[in-house]
Amino acid sequence: MTAPMLEAVNLSVQFGGLRAVNDVSFGVWPNEVFSLIGPNGAGKTTIFNLISALYRPTSGEVRFEGEVISRMPPHVVARHGIARTFQNIELFEHATVLQNLLVGRHCHRHTGWWQDMLFTGSVRRAELEFRRQVEEVIEFLDLQHYRDSMVVGLPYGVRKVVELARALSMRPRLLLLDEPSSGLNTEETEDMGFWIEDIKHDLGITVIMVEHDMGLVSRVSDRVLALNLGEVLTLGTPQEVQAHPGVIEAYLGGVDDV
Amino acid sequence: MLQLLQLIVSGAAIGCIYALLALGFVLIYKATETVNFAQGDLMMVGGFIGLAVMTVIGLPFWLAFLVTVVAMALVGMGIERLVLRPLLGQPAFTVVMMTIGIGYLARGLVTMIPYWGTETHTLPVPFKDEVIWIGGEGGKTGGLVISVEHLVIILATVALVALLYVFFRYTKLGIAMQATSQNQLAAFYMGIPVRRVNMLIWGLSAAICGVAGLLLAPITFVHANMGFVGLKAFPAAVVGGFGSIPGALVGGLIIGIVESLAGFYLPEGFKDIAAYVVVLVMLVVKPNGLFGDNLTKKV
Repeated sequence: MTAPMLEAVNLSVQFGGLRAVNDVSFGVWPNEVFSLIGPNGAGKTTIFNLISALYRPTSGEVRFEGEVISRMPPHVVARHGIARTFQNIELFEHATVLQNLLVGRHCHRHTGWWQDMLFTGSVRRAELEFRRQVEEVIEFLDLQHYRDSMVVGLPYGVRKVVELARALSMRPRLLLLDEPSSGLNTEETEDMGFWIEDIKHDLGITVIMVEHDMGLVSRVSDRVLALNLGEVLTLGTPQEVQAHPGVIEAYLGGVDDV
Repeated sequence: MLQLLQLIVSGAAIGCIYALLALGFVLIYKATETVNFAQGDLMMVGGFIGLAVMTVIGLPFWLAFLVTVVAMALVGMGIERLVLRPLLGQPAFTVVMMTIGIGYLARGLVTMIPYWGTETHTLPVPFKDEVIWIGGEGGKTGGLVISVEHLVIILATVALVALLYVFFRYTKLGIAMQATSQNQLAAFYMGIPVRRVNMLIWGLSAAICGVAGLLLAPITFVHANMGFVGLKAFPAAVVGGFGSIPGALVGGLIIGIVESLAGFYLPEGFKDIAAYVVVLVMLVVKPNGLFGDNLTKKV
């Protein structure tokens, strides 16, 4: 293990008088699955939005491969090789699955607009290459059947997979999953677990996820960070974290609450 | 029969102007979910810029055309950057009021230019008052008479729409604009600089207004109130189904042609209300417009 791929250093965020995240530090190693857990309001999603640069930290910073990303606009962060999904699915609904996946690739094309308009040889080659890469993702996630369907007509479970596919189509080095199992049934959640494992093992992508389903968390995670009220409770393997008295208290309430 | 055709051609020409303005409405609406009520006034500004470039600087028409388009794109981007971006996150109502204000401001500023702003000007285009005869006997009697001004409007609109189609279909920026208009948050994480794209959409929309202004100028002259044409373009966008680009074009043509026919076959005054009658009928029969999205919620 060398340096952490992603590093949060003394992160704090204040919304008005509320300190949503208080002095949180952690590091994520290359090619691990790192989960953030905690009861509602623990600051998981806030930390997530800090990593993907949607929010600005009040103090502290986030570093990705040694570079400070917490002051960059979100689209620049995306270009550094970080892709994310959303809890409530944010797809381009009036476009086909294929078009959704291609959008992420288009942004990495280095051709001029005049070349695009004339559809020159270099544009054609780049597009063919993108299409091939996107087809790999489609095959990886078993989306062949939906390739040309409009997103607006797809069931929720499939959309969730399409969003994952779109993130993978950007060929990220770090993938952020915001509640990958929310809204999915048991079987779909199980599939999601397999995919996350494959993403780690076959594609070598580092994953950070926020997740409520402890079954999924302990199945796929290498390390888990438990949060409560914006502060770190504990950090360790899924078993260690689940056995931690502070975590049990945060989820079930302590003796004083009874 | 010939008369009908004649009316349809001139209606289609005006309809193209409505269509271009409606296109401007739709572009901004799709991207930022606000309606820019200054659209017509931007067209007027475009007309005046063209006029100034041609008469004061003395450039030929086609060069002035280019200068105007570029200048209008800058005006549009400037409005977005200086006036609308600070309003980001405010309710849509605030933004709409702001665009109405921009319209008033544009009209006010133009009329404040002494001796010039309040006058009605003729744009010295090379194809002024020329006509083309189709059929008839040696170009003397009978046959279809098409004024070159109308023909230029129609051809220029077709060319512009084709160009826009290629732009949206093939270029990275065009696709980024489409993506942004469908989902801003997702667009951000696809690596699209959403704010800059929104600014460019305003620029594009204003440039289209500038083109509309220059095309309309030979027919209606250039004056501070020429922007009221925008009031007819809005119904055109509604008829097409607000938010649909082909809808805006078809809507503009329908309004233009209906207006032209109403002006000839119906009593005095019907011409001015024709556009609104069409909108009312459309809202009763098909509230989503011709190409509109089906927004009804399933329960």
